[in-house]
Formats: sequence, structure tokens, C-alpha cells
Amino acid sequence: MHELSLCESILQVLEQQATAQQYTKVKTVWLEIGALSGVEPEAMLFSFDVVTIGTLAENAKLEIIEVPGQAWCMACAGNVVVEQLYDVCPKCGSHQLQVNNGDQMRIKELEVE
Amino acid sequence: MCAVCGCGEGHSHSHDDDHEHTHDHSHEHRHQHVLSPVHSHAPGLTPARMVQIEQDILSKNNRYAAENRSYFSARGMLVLNLVSSPGSGKTTLLTETINRLKDDIDIAVIEGDQQTARDAERIRATGVQALQINTGKGCHLDAHRVGHALESLELNKHSLLFIENVGNLVCPSAFDLGEAHKVVILSVTEGEDKPIKYPDMFHAADLMILNKTDLLPYLDFDTEQCIQYAKQVNPRIKILSLSAKTGEGMESWLRWLKAELDLQRIDYA
Repeated sequence: MHELSLCESILQVLEQQATAQQYTKVKTVWLEIGALSGVEPEAMLFSFDVVTIGTLAENAKLEIIEVPGQAWCMACAGNVVVEQLYDVCPKCGSHQLQVNNGDQMRIKELEVE
Repeated sequence: MCAVCGCGEGHSHSHDDDHEHTHDHSHEHRHQHVLSPVHSHAPGLTPARMVQIEQDILSKNNRYAAENRSYFSARGMLVLNLVSSPGSGKTTLLTETINRLKDDIDIAVIEGDQQTARDAERIRATGVQALQINTGKGCHLDAHRVGHALESLELNKHSLLFIENVGNLVCPSAFDLGEAHKVVILSVTEGEDKPIKYPDMFHAADLMILNKTDLLPYLDFDTEQCIQYAKQVNPRIKILSLSAKTGEGMESWLRWLKAELDLQRIDYA
């Protein structure tokens, strides 16, 4: 359940940026969360509301952009879509997959005032 | 070059490390672009606007991890992050390992648990330095806490540092502490399907230790199936099976440790 500490990290970024970007209120936060990042979007939404109470991001909307998992299949020599880390290649059934997208968790942009 | 929009300006590199040695820096590029307002608004109202941030949520942890890593590399240390569920036998494996190596290698241990200093006391009983970090409600160690722990330890050149993470097969997988390798320990009493039930951890680890093999005769544990599951999640993972209690298989683990320590001692140009 480290979504709570991830939300605390997000809040820290929002607070740091407030001075540099000259805003006093955050209205929306867009997050990019990969399907293979180990982050549960539902838990993220719940934690975000809890963590932001009494801060510049209170009542801000958290928009999660889910990025599908992608891996390089050695056997097929091409990228394939995977939903779990233990998936086999959907084309050839090989386990020799190297994840190359969908493991990110990043703040994309903000709507502020 | 800015990865966001292709501009060549506005880079803010943060070099927080003030080490006396040279090392590879990990550069954190943070760009902020203030875009034009997206909403039309009545005069006098504060305009809402968009700010593009493109910042990894774990970037703060990763910066601390990079500092830890350069601290370790400047000392030619081998640092391992030991992860597992509670009760896999991490501390017993550690005490048995330390007893076999402490005459030849400088060893220190950082112990992470939610509460109590019991594990650090068990390690200190072997005669090596151990520092306990209590995470309180926290479910994992982070690079910042480990960085502070380093201040209280006397770490020698070419020493071996074990970081025993909080017993948890989920959260510690996401937090880099600056270690050379994550080593996941799985005891045979936990069942062979743990690698596919908790894939993030087995994906993040470079070595898996199958512990408590002395109990295999009493269990229905399918070792081959377990290894297959682990390789399915992480084709690169190396697997050792041993019993820290009887000592069976310990030799390969000690050989791996010595070889990895030797690799850290290489002075690269």
C-alpha cells in the first residue's frame, strides 16, 4: 500500500513547483501510470484525496492516464503488448520478454491557478 | 535537448552530491513549460492554466539512490537489498552468511522493520555492525532513510553491506536504494506460485534464493515449477537453492557473494 507515500511525493512536487510556476491552487493533476508499474489506480485516487486535505491541492482532480504494458520479444524481434509481468508473448508464447514501456509513474501536467 | 518539446533551453540540472570523488552523475532534467491558458475567463478572475511537469513520481527517491550508489562505488563496496515476505528466513540466512565470511570480509547490515530492534540485535551477536531502521507505519525502506543510515555506520573500502528490507513482497520492489542487486528470498513453505502472485518483486530482483530446502521432504513444494514461474516473470533472474539452517547449498551463495564483491573492486577508467 505504498500508494500513500507515492501521493505524498506527488504533493511535494506540487508544493515545490508552486513557487517556481507561481500558482496557489492545483485544480487537476494528470498522472501517467503504466500497467506494469505496480501502482493500483484506485488506491492512488483514494490516497490522493486523503493526502491533499488542507493543502494547495485540496479537492484537486486526479486524472490517471493508463499506459499499456509493452515488451520486446526476443523470439519475434518486435514489441508486443503485455498485461502482466508474467505474460508470455501473445504471438509466439516465449517468456523471453524485456519490458520497455508501461512501467512508468509520472506527473504529466497540471491545471493550476 | 529537451525531451518534452525539443527545445535546447531551460535545463535545470540538479547536482546535489558534494562527494570528493569523481563518478557518474545521474542527471535529472526537469523542464517546465507554462502553456497558454486553456479556459477563457472573465476579467478579474484568476486564470486557470496548464503546467507541464513531466516528472517521475519516484524522482526524489531516485536522486537519493544515485547519491547512495556513488558513495558505494567510490568505496568499491558491494551492497545488496534483501527483499522477501516476513518469515522467509532473511535474518537467519544473514547470520549464517556473516559467520562464514566475517573473518575475510568487512560486513555491515542495515535492518529495516516496522518495529523493534530484534533483528539488528541478532546481527550484532555475530560481531558485525548493524543499524536498525524502524519504518513505523511505512511498508518499505527508501533511499533517503538509507542515506542517513550510512552516516551512522563506519563503512570500509571493499566492504559488504546487506540492507534487509521490510518483510513485504510488494512495496520494496519500487524503491531503489542504490544497491547493486536486489536479492529476493523465498522459503519453500510459502508455496511455489509466489513469483507469479507477486511478480513485481521477482521482476526487480537479479538473484532469487530458495531457502529452507531442508523442509522439502515434508512439503508438496514443486521446485521446478517455482523456478519456471520465476523465470517467466524475469527471464534474467538467477536462482540458488539452499538451507541456511543445515548449510546445504550455502557454498554457491558465498561464491556468488565473493564474485560480486570482486566485481565491485575493479577500478574502471
